[in-house]
Amino acid sequence: MLKIDNLHARVEDKDILKGLNLAVQPGEVHAIMGPNGSGKSTLGHVLAGRPGYQVTAGTATLLGQDLLALETEERAHLGLFLAFQYPVEIPGVSNMEFLKAAVDAVREARGLEAIDSVGFMKKAREICKQVDLDQSFLKRGVNEGFSGGEKKRNELMQMMLLEPKLCILDETDSGLDIDALQVVAKGVNAMRDAGRSFVLVTHYQRLLNYIEPDHVHVLAGGRIVKSGDKSLALELEEKGYAWLEDAA
Amino acid sequence: MSDFMQQPQEAAAKTAPPWLADIHARGQAVWQGSPMPTRKTEDWKYTNLQPLQQKFIAPLSGSAPQLSNVSYPDLPGSLLVFTDGGYREDLSRLELPEGARLLRFAEADSDQAEAIREHLGRAVNTGRHLFASLNEATLADGVFLQVDPGAVIEQPIHLVWLTSGQVDALSVTQRLLVRMGANSQATVVESFANTATGGTAFTNGISELLLADGARLDHCRLHLEQGEAVHIGGVHATLAANATLNGFHLALGSRLKRIDLVVEHRGQGAHCELNGIYLPRGEEQVDYHTCIEHAVPHCTSNETFRGIIGDSASAIFNGRIHIHPQAQKTRAELSNKNLLTSHQAEVNTKPELEIYADDVQCAHGATVAQMDPATLHYLRTRGVPRDEAEVMLSYGFINELVESVHCAAVHDFLKPMLARRFARNPKLTRHILEDGDE
Ligand SMILES: Nc1ncnc2c1ncn2[C@@H]1O[C@H](COP(=O)(O)OP(=O)(O)OP(=O)(O)O)[C@@H](O)[C@H]1O
Ligand SMILES: [Mg+2]
Repeated sequence: MLKIDNLHARVEDKDILKGLNLAVQPGEVHAIMGPNGSGKSTLGHVLAGRPGYQVTAGTATLLGQDLLALETEERAHLGLFLAFQYPVEIPGVSNMEFLKAAVDAVREARGLEAIDSVGFMKKAREICKQVDLDQSFLKRGVNEGFSGGEKKRNELMQMMLLEPKLCILDETDSGLDIDALQVVAKGVNAMRDAGRSFVLVTHYQRLLNYIEPDHVHVLAGGRIVKSGDKSLALELEEKGYAWLEDAA
Repeated sequence: MSDFMQQPQEAAAKTAPPWLADIHARGQAVWQGSPMPTRKTEDWKYTNLQPLQQKFIAPLSGSAPQLSNVSYPDLPGSLLVFTDGGYREDLSRLELPEGARLLRFAEADSDQAEAIREHLGRAVNTGRHLFASLNEATLADGVFLQVDPGAVIEQPIHLVWLTSGQVDALSVTQRLLVRMGANSQATVVESFANTATGGTAFTNGISELLLADGARLDHCRLHLEQGEAVHIGGVHATLAANATLNGFHLALGSRLKRIDLVVEHRGQGAHCELNGIYLPRGEEQVDYHTCIEHAVPHCTSNETFRGIIGDSASAIFNGRIHIHPQAQKTRAELSNKNLLTSHQAEVNTKPELEIYADDVQCAHGATVAQMDPATLHYLRTRGVPRDEAEVMLSYGFINELVESVHCAAVHDFLKPMLARRFARNPKLTRHILEDGDE
């Protein structure tokens, strides 16, 4: 699914990723944990092709394709989805308009039949309900004035509508109340299948009680410094990151 | 003043009803006694008047050009159409209910002429608005709308002023006088449009809106002229106690548009809502100068203008709020936001506050920004291609103002027209236009 080799990246002349390796197989769930500022969000942004993030060495492929050579929208068409840690507000563009534009673009690029407006709205309303957002959020400007938790649910809604192959969730669980955490977990678990993989960036072992990961990694100093199974998350919860510092 | 408008003044004297003679004289006295504005004139600092450097001529009376490819809203209710300054009975439709009269100056009887003479120019300070004096000096015909006290006119009244481009250096003078009686209500829509190709037409359009106590007027002024069109004109409104003016303004770009909007709150409890959009691109120039006068206490005004400036176009927005010493408890808000979609695009925006009362609430802000790269990126991460994302964000920037238009038929005309304006490929607007399906 996703294969990252020796990835180096910088932001504004600052080296952030320093030789990161990661391989995610189809159907797997990987959790990435790590101290603040270690480069977790940077990894997501680099994979999504955010302007200003410069890859200086290494490779990343998604489904065998060179991800780094593609335009941002082409990566989405291929199947990449990044749920932002800080989703962007777009006043003036309604959520429904935005979701439909995204779904149409992705389906078109994947050679799928277009969904008619009525069918789409029905589906959007259903998913809106699943992520426990009021229908009125479909009419509001994209993320405009949404609370932190509502923005995260909106990211989840986009993910569910776009049916990506690789979902990177950057702290989608941060700032969520207990019920919302369940909503996220339910959403992810419902989407898990043999052809879809997840990378969950999180600070809390708690999420992993609801979404059982196949692998847990620690990202520190721009590299994966330790990998293990779900017990690693428990160990981190107990010991923090200090004991790993030598490795970083 | 140079004589580039000499012929239209002479022509007006011949073709206008004789009772306009002293209005001509009044206009000429100001116009001819004033120098042409230059870059040194404060109100014209950023405006390039070079398009006026030619001799203009008035339309021949009786010409009835056929216009193709001119687009303006199709509204229910009364419609008056003028082409190259001439009234077109064949294209017009008068269906006014009781309580309102709509007539041309040329057809006014002596009582009506007297009413027009009494009110025309009352709301306009020609010393400050020089081109309004030119309007008086070249006035051949105009439109008078009188709404009786207490009358509620449901259907919009639509005035359409078109130019054909079939004559070069054509000068067209338009005048509208609206008298809203006490507690009356109406919707007035003005559309200016042209065939996008052909010669330069210089339109000088002045609208006067006089609102008596408790009157309410929804007013839209749509400048849809494109290409070589030059328009210098404006709207001058006076609001008596508890009157409400809801103004919506749109200017697509063309060679030059300079629109002055003046709203005077003269009676307590008056309220004005003024929204506007300007969209110059190419080499076009749009200049809005607005002035909200608060002369009495307890009035409110809320003004929001947004511009999207593309290519090497330029825009000017000057928003003046003048709160007189006695105008306590005034609430005045002004917001102007500009989106530049190219590095060559230019905007000069200036809020100008003159506040002489101390117990007032006054908020103002002006911003100039490029399209936000982070927002564009966010859309693209969802698979939306860059060009479509740009169209969505451009339309999104003005969407709120389009939605604020009260007249449903105007809104329904504007939405697709504006969405398409941002897209080279019509496919890129499909999501904006689908949005109304619910
Ligand atoms: N535009 C930028 N300019 C300079 N430094 C930046 C920029 N963007 C990110 N950084 C730096 O890169 C480092 C990694 O940031 P990143 O957001 O990837 O961390 P993170 O692991 O996601 O942290 P957190 O857990 O707090 O979300 C940080 O030190 C951050 O300050
Ligand atoms: Mg982060």
